[in-house]
Amino acid sequence: MNENHIEVMDLSFHYPDRHLALKNLSFQVAPYEKVALVGMNGSGKSTLLLHLNGILRATSGAITVCDVPLSDASIDQIRAWVGLLFQNPDDQLFSPHVYEDVAFAPRYMGLSEAEVKERVSQALLTVGMSDYGSRVSFHLSTGEKKRIALASILSADTRILALDEPSAGLDPRSRRNLIKLLKNFTDQTVLISTHDMRLAAELCSRIIVLDGGQIVADGSAETILYNEELMEKHGLEVP
Amino acid sequence: MNSIILQRYESRDSFLHQLDARVKFITTLLMIIGILLTPQNSWIAYPLLWTVLGILATIAEIGAWRISRLAGLALPFALAGITLLVTTPGNPITEFAGLTITDNGLARFLAILFKSWLSMQVALLLAFTTDFTDLLWALENLHFPATLITVIGLMYRYLFTLKDEAQRLLQARVARSGRHEGGKSGGSLLWRAQITGGMVGNLFLRSYERSERVYAAMLARGYNGHIRHREAPPLTWQMIAPATIPVILFLIIQIIVRL
Amino acid sequence: MLPPILALHIPDGFLDIPVSTVGWVLFLFVLAFALRQTRQQFGERQTPLMGILAAFVFAAQMLNFPVAGGTSGHLLGATLVAIFVGPWAMVIVMTCVVGIQSLLFQDGGLLAMGFNIVNMGIISGFVGYAVYSGINKLLHNNPSAQLISAGIGAWSSVVIASIATALELAISGTSSFALALPAMAGIHAVIGIGEALITVAALVFVRQTRPDLLEANAPTANTGSRWIVVGLVIALLLTVVSPLANPNPDGLERVAEDNGFISKAQEPAYTLLPDYTVPFIESEIFTTILAGVFGVLVVAGVSLGMGKFSEKKQISGSDHTEQTASS
Repeated sequence: MNENHIEVMDLSFHYPDRHLALKNLSFQVAPYEKVALVGMNGSGKSTLLLHLNGILRATSGAITVCDVPLSDASIDQIRAWVGLLFQNPDDQLFSPHVYEDVAFAPRYMGLSEAEVKERVSQALLTVGMSDYGSRVSFHLSTGEKKRIALASILSADTRILALDEPSAGLDPRSRRNLIKLLKNFTDQTVLISTHDMRLAAELCSRIIVLDGGQIVADGSAETILYNEELMEKHGLEVP
Repeated sequence: MNSIILQRYESRDSFLHQLDARVKFITTLLMIIGILLTPQNSWIAYPLLWTVLGILATIAEIGAWRISRLAGLALPFALAGITLLVTTPGNPITEFAGLTITDNGLARFLAILFKSWLSMQVALLLAFTTDFTDLLWALENLHFPATLITVIGLMYRYLFTLKDEAQRLLQARVARSGRHEGGKSGGSLLWRAQITGGMVGNLFLRSYERSERVYAAMLARGYNGHIRHREAPPLTWQMIAPATIPVILFLIIQIIVRL
Repeated sequence: MLPPILALHIPDGFLDIPVSTVGWVLFLFVLAFALRQTRQQFGERQTPLMGILAAFVFAAQMLNFPVAGGTSGHLLGATLVAIFVGPWAMVIVMTCVVGIQSLLFQDGGLLAMGFNIVNMGIISGFVGYAVYSGINKLLHNNPSAQLISAGIGAWSSVVIASIATALELAISGTSSFALALPAMAGIHAVIGIGEALITVAALVFVRQTRPDLLEANAPTANTGSRWIVVGLVIALLLTVVSPLANPNPDGLERVAEDNGFISKAQEPAYTLLPDYTVPFIESEIFTTILAGVFGVLVVAGVSLGMGKFSEKKQISGSDHTEQTASS
């Protein structure tokens, strides 16, 4: 089996306008780890996640996923291993009905309709929305959309889940449900970018703190999240 | 997130930057007309015209070479004129793939290339030295329909937002486009088109609903359908005079080549 | 030959000054009309709606899908917008899109902007909408029919826009109509398929999510016929104007000389492809017929002729008046 699911080495990235968004990031994620990426707005959390499946490409440094270095040749394959949940579910749902959105990933992979159907049922079941297949995605509530969007990456059956601000915009009850849901993902490596510290505390054993595009802390939830001085310094609040 | 540069304008203190936008726009049109008036086979006109443009580009602190290079982007469209090489009657020059290229054909084709290359440089000069909102203001004061100008202004305001959304839709699609080793992937053409259409539909609805919110916000700020007209100082000779120089130079060039 | 994208933005230098002027005049004339119509149709909502839809079209043109060999299917969007908010609003929207593409990115010239807007924003959308309305009427506004008509409309809009572009280039003496027309129309007949597919799929999405939006602008009995006539007029105009493309001095001269010199030894200048030597005369007829047949068949033969037939039948769907302000 692989030593690490994700290896990021000396990753730097700057936007076309020269703004340096990520500076020499290095870290590894072991299989089945649950990691929270925390930081203020603009610290580079989303940017980092977008690198993990090659949507953004590093200016320098390297990423390896499941022992395969990320390159033009391997990118399609890596996308089959990393499921990325976008912050705004509206960006992710573009089929008229829920079923088709959740079916997208397995269909793209070329699975048979029977297999696709199986994957979709399983994914919808996991997020607790089995009856929603024929519903129109566009008009669902934010909480429902987030879960459908999640289902749409679960159906891809990836080894790694990268979730960008999963609890943003959710009312307390939906948030609660989401946390309950995410707790069940024991078979996958999960990275969550969030500034919901309590979610981070509840779900993740490891915290990486980003500030100004750099990793300023990387350790267990206890040592980091409750370290007032550290949190304060990087614009975060203790849960 | 990603910052997309949505205009070519680069802020400088150059003389060209400070000219009134209305003057610049009209001058641009006149200069393009000036270029298009070049008679067939008056080859000397092109380097002369280009020199004037190069000087302007230098004054504007944009750079003659840069503008010349960027203007090359128009050139692929030249393929539309490529038929002239072989269909214009004249003396044959050379053969290519069974087709005969004539001297007149080549002359006409090159003339079009030069004219479009130079015209684009003029347009680039305008774009580099004029902030888009100022350009819109100029168009409004040159009596383009006020409603249209307002609509364009709103479009510009939301251009970045919507481009961003479109980009994220593309990214979300790509993110779920994984392929297993040796597996066939991509789905059928029809399916891909269907997904893309769905993305368009999604973007459309979000835009439509957004326009309703914007409308409500405008109403809340007292909008009543009446477009407010921004004050424009009357054009004086001092404002126009400097811009006449390149136009006059172009005119002189066109006279010279006809002598 | 041409890059496999919508190569319809004509830069400056390709249209001569008289042609460019005609383009501007046509554009401004239709624009004035469109502004008045949309003010009636939408009132003060006109501005935010069209501004944002213009930004939408611009952004939507980025949404593509791979077709084959590195090429991709794209959207122009005129027909789509016309279907959603009506053809007059479409004119405003596409004016903004094409205008901004030229002003901001120099995609399309300034003098040429008149015809660029006419081609991509007026002719395309009007023809697309005319075909859409026409076939809809023929098939009694049946929901599945709506998709077929939208698809054919979208396809036609792209092809006819390309034909118009080829025509303007030819009249300006920038290209030989005989060669450019088949190339442009041929390429865009393929590109048009992408337009049709995306338009239909977008329509399906919107129909299933907010069907009320389409209802508000559905072509009624009256407007349907009116648009069929508009489309037909455009097609006929193109047909009528296309002979102008050939008799530019060189073209006529060449045809005449071909005639005169056919029995003599041919100068190599007139040897295009061996097959085209004599048939150059025929190609003049060919191109005129092509444009005519295309325009007439697509619009008139299918729509008007059968429209009369369906007049006697009930038209299903509620009765909307053109002046209904949407929401």
